Amino acid sequence: MAKPRDRLKLREALAGYGFMTPAVLILGCFMLIPIGYSIFLAFHKVDLLGEVSYRFIGTANFERMADDPRLWIALRNTAKYALVVVPTQTLLALLLASILNMNLRFRYFFRAAFYLPTVTSSAVLVLIFMWIYNANGLLNKALDALGLPTYNWLGDPAVALTGIMIMNIWSTAPLFMVVFLAALQDIPDTLYEAADLDGANWWHKFWKITVPMLRPVTFYVVVMGVIGTFQLFDQSYIFSAGSGGPNNSTLTMVLLIYQYAFSVLDMGYASAIAFLLAVTIMIATLIQRYVFKEERLG
Amino acid sequence: MTFRSSVWRTVLYVVLIAYACITFIPFLWALSASFKTLEEIVQGGIRIIPQHFTLENYRTIFIREPYFLRWFLNSAFIAVTVTVSNLLFNSMAGYALARIRFPGSTLMFYSVLAMIMVPGQLTIIPQYLIIKYFGWLNSYQAVIVPMAAQATYIFMMRQFFVNFPRELEEAAYIDGLRRSGVFFRVVLPLAKPALAAQTIFIFMGAWNEFLKPLMVMSEKAMFTLSIGLNTFKSNYISFWNYIMAASIIMTVPALIIYIIFNRHFVKGVTFTGIK
Repeated sequence: MAKPRDRLKLREALAGYGFMTPAVLILGCFMLIPIGYSIFLAFHKVDLLGEVSYRFIGTANFERMADDPRLWIALRNTAKYALVVVPTQTLLALLLASILNMNLRFRYFFRAAFYLPTVTSSAVLVLIFMWIYNANGLLNKALDALGLPTYNWLGDPAVALTGIMIMNIWSTAPLFMVVFLAALQDIPDTLYEAADLDGANWWHKFWKITVPMLRPVTFYVVVMGVIGTFQLFDQSYIFSAGSGGPNNSTLTMVLLIYQYAFSVLDMGYASAIAFLLAVTIMIATLIQRYVFKEERLG
Repeated sequence: MTFRSSVWRTVLYVVLIAYACITFIPFLWALSASFKTLEEIVQGGIRIIPQHFTLENYRTIFIREPYFLRWFLNSAFIAVTVTVSNLLFNSMAGYALARIRFPGSTLMFYSVLAMIMVPGQLTIIPQYLIIKYFGWLNSYQAVIVPMAAQATYIFMMRQFFVNFPRELEEAAYIDGLRRSGVFFRVVLPLAKPALAAQTIFIFMGAWNEFLKPLMVMSEKAMFTLSIGLNTFKSNYISFWNYIMAASIIMTVPALIIYIIFNRHFVKGVTFTGIK
């Protein structure tokens, strides 16, 4: 006969496992196993015809990347995209958040309104923007009315990526605006009150209090922005009907992985690229968390 | 109020209103196109109010397009099922990790933390192969099951339950309820704010998801709205009136959820943003 206390412990443990079972099964099957599986795939040549079969090829998939011109194009597009989109959306988000943090009337309305693009599906946003970008569309009409040059936004490789950038700045900035807004509201009022006593003006308070207090969250927004750039897929896929065109100008890393996996059916090589991409993203996340923690404690 | 500060205020309002216009114009332009005739669209005017207001575009996509209604229902079914299962499974797991002591719970907790860090791109190809191995391609479970529990929200629920007052549960134990009874009758009803925040993010995520259904659904009848819209675009390449009507239809459910749960939204963003 087990002691009552042991029985209680056993019952408690069984309850614990019972509560965990659905999550463990789902995450185990579709997160944990895939993580290991993807590393396995990256070192194999995968044959999808008939029964799936694997052939170990060592690091050949990784070596192949160096001479893959499309991978370099995707990287270059990603870098171009990040250099424009990340600073722009960060500054825009900070500007909007600072205004919304002031004691203005209707600020909740504006916050809710600005947030609208982030709840809209990327499929819909891309279609709406393609409608605005088409040769006879609203954007060209507006540019024409202002006496500015018009472009073939959808077909010209020189501007197609710019089109996606504009759309994504517009749709991502509000998300980071909310993050900045929360951080602004976390700055204790006493800091500003103390500065007021010292006779500091608005500009001084902004540079000496707001900016340093926002440093960790700004770092977070920048890192998340860069990671988002690396993860860009839906927009490029819909914009270019899956090709990354015109002339590879909208090809992104994830679109490239998708093409290798599901059009070329070379899942081994696709997994190798995905693996490197994931490692890069995880390192960025870890650095961000580390800095965030340091700043918070320090 | 001094003259300078009122000028300053006006400038701020101008910025806010200007940005509100930038946000709204694409939506209004799409909405307006969805009520215009093709004739008016081809002429390429820039009137926001349609010349001949028509509901024909909506009628066409729902009645003449054989799959549109099906895609809408597929999306709705998938989004609702994913939301309900996440609310249930994430809360159960979060509660167990916060409150119940059992061997392996620490390991499980750290595994959840680690999984939050893993970017989705790493797992898409293996997920596809596993779904194929299960014989699930072109079935609802291919999209629903892999999304039915999410590490981020398990962690969120765990943090919520850690700070949950114990006294309420203890009272329920004295009443003779077991763990499951306490959880479903006492704890879950009190977790409404956390569940509301989860509902928005998970519903939106599932409703708007693009890559996962694209990967596993190749039969037209099984498409969700997001990938259906994409093929719609190629079929109706210059029929922007139909494409915009379809886009509006896809936006409305997400918008309704957003308006209903708007209060909980900010809290959720800051939580999932900064852990």
